[in-house]
Amino acid sequence: MIAALALLLTFQLAGEALRVALHLPVPGPVIGMALLLLWLIIRGGPSVPLKDTSTTLLQNLSLMFIPAGTGVMLHVGRLADEVWPIAIALVASTLLGLIATGMTLHLLTRGRRQGESS
Amino acid sequence: MSTGSMNEIWVYLSAQPLLWLALTLAVYLLAMALHRSSGGHPAVNPVLLSVSLLVALLLVTDTPYQRYFDGAQFVHFLLGPATVALAIPLHGQLKRLLAMSGPLLIALVVGSLTAGLSAYAIGALLGASGPTVASLAPKSVTTPIAMGIAERLGGLASLTAVFVILTGIFGAVFAAGLLKRIGVKDDASIGFAMGLASHGIGTARAFQINEQTGAFAALAMGLNGLLTAIALPWLLPLLAPLLR
Repeated sequence: MIAALALLLTFQLAGEALRVALHLPVPGPVIGMALLLLWLIIRGGPSVPLKDTSTTLLQNLSLMFIPAGTGVMLHVGRLADEVWPIAIALVASTLLGLIATGMTLHLLTRGRRQGESS
Repeated sequence: MSTGSMNEIWVYLSAQPLLWLALTLAVYLLAMALHRSSGGHPAVNPVLLSVSLLVALLLVTDTPYQRYFDGAQFVHFLLGPATVALAIPLHGQLKRLLAMSGPLLIALVVGSLTAGLSAYAIGALLGASGPTVASLAPKSVTTPIAMGIAERLGGLASLTAVFVILTGIFGAVFAAGLLKRIGVKDDASIGFAMGLASHGIGTARAFQINEQTGAFAALAMGLNGLLTAIALPWLLPLLAPLLR
């Protein structure tokens, strides 16, 4: 588990270094994810400890959003002042984004499945 | 034990990172137990429950957020390695992802622009202030990218973090049910939509459904972060004059 964590942190570090060196607009961990994916493609897959550690981390991904989420308490004032524009914009745009993405992918892949079968 | 010595213990412990770290984990475990006992109902969302409980606790004990974060930051730090770990389920679904790369890219562009531009336009039309609107635009993107984008647009990074979290919780609670109702029932489309519209919290929820849904969510989260960071800063100045 420690070796797997060290590997994940190493890729995060490499991602962070690449971001700073190339002034990329994407955060270090996301670049680290892409680098690790490349490494897994070259290696042919993750080791058992790496897979187990990752599964544990990802099953508890919700936990890691709690500290930042609790920061909601710092913005109660502004949220109260503009509650309706904020609430409507957040809810409506999230629903639109979900529907646009889900519908587009669903329709495109269904069309192709039918195309393959005919 | 006298109230005086209880108070002394509290004053000591509440200033230590240990207390708030331990409480964050305890509250999360409680929220997960409730989530499981509800049969995994999406409305019993672990992030929503935990954040509500902790905010109540901090307000009741008059604890500043910064002191709470001094302890909770150790959990927050794990977001980095967990993001890197998303490569493992992505690798597991690689064949499917590559076979679908065309439709995935089209859905990415359509969804990303819809989510970002509609948040900005609706906020502006309803009369939200400039900094609020600029902080709303990147709200579907994972927190660190969203904060960077908001700053470039003239928004407030910490307010954006709040919008991102609220969007994530909303998407995690409602996405799967809504998509099924409009006939979108395959894992790939549900996962991709959840990751795109509600980033990491939606991805966390997608992994609770199954690993395939989670992998598509993780991919959408990463790609949407990249596309929004590039597209929004030059698209919004074109859109802004139309809304005045």
